[in-house]
Amino acid sequence: MIGLSSYLVLAALVFSIGLFGVLTRRNAVGILLGIELMLNAVNINLVAFARFHGDLTGVIFTLFTISITVAEVAVGLAIVIAIFRVRRTVEADRLDLLRG
Amino acid sequence: MTVETVGFWVVATVLLASSLAVVLTPNLFHAVLYLAAALVATGAIFLLLDQPFLFAVQLLLYAGGVVTIVVFAIMLTERLVGERIRQTSRHLINGAIVSAAVFAGIAGFLLRAPLAMPRPEQAGDATASIGRALVGPFAVTFELLGVLLVTALIGALYFARGEE
Repeated sequence: MIGLSSYLVLAALVFSIGLFGVLTRRNAVGILLGIELMLNAVNINLVAFARFHGDLTGVIFTLFTISITVAEVAVGLAIVIAIFRVRRTVEADRLDLLRG
Repeated sequence: MTVETVGFWVVATVLLASSLAVVLTPNLFHAVLYLAAALVATGAIFLLLDQPFLFAVQLLLYAGGVVTIVVFAIMLTERLVGERIRQTSRHLINGAIVSAAVFAGIAGFLLRAPLAMPRPEQAGDATASIGRALVGPFAVTFELLGVLLVTALIGALYFARGEE
């Protein structure tokens, strides 16, 4: 029987992998992919807690996070495309216009 | 070994392998395809947790919608031929140390938390309960979500619009 802790450890692993991607990717789209992985790990946590507590709130919140993530990706990629039009690059290291 | 146990380990292996591939593969286009695999595996986890509706939402919105948008963004910002799409990573050691430390922190917390609770029986149809909760106690949040989606749509259009 798979217990709650197995799901939580799996989610923690996926979260750490996503964090690694966010920290190491140079491309802005690659960073967004890492953020997607991290948000997915959070969703696994929410659903696992909801199932093992017999409470539906976690599932509803997962629905909300999924929708908000989709909106975030749409806006984020629109920003990436807008930046690419101006700077001709999406390398996060070279987007340092705000650096003092 | 029940079906659920075997299913969990298979799905967990697929999820971890494709997640690692997302952050490690040098080709960004392949990374998106691995992300699609990871998202479907996450949906399978929802299925194991008796939430078929979330599985459907995950497939439609994430594996269908997000992956398509990301593929479009890559095609608009990278040259598909040549070496442009290959991308390097930086600070590999530092990133590994930080994420390993974060995982150790979470794992240490999990070890101390009392998590050995039994899995309760599924009470009724989960999908019907979700529907009732969305128009009942969470109705205002649900409406706000609609406002957010419209705002995001307008915002994305504003950012990505062409030159007037």
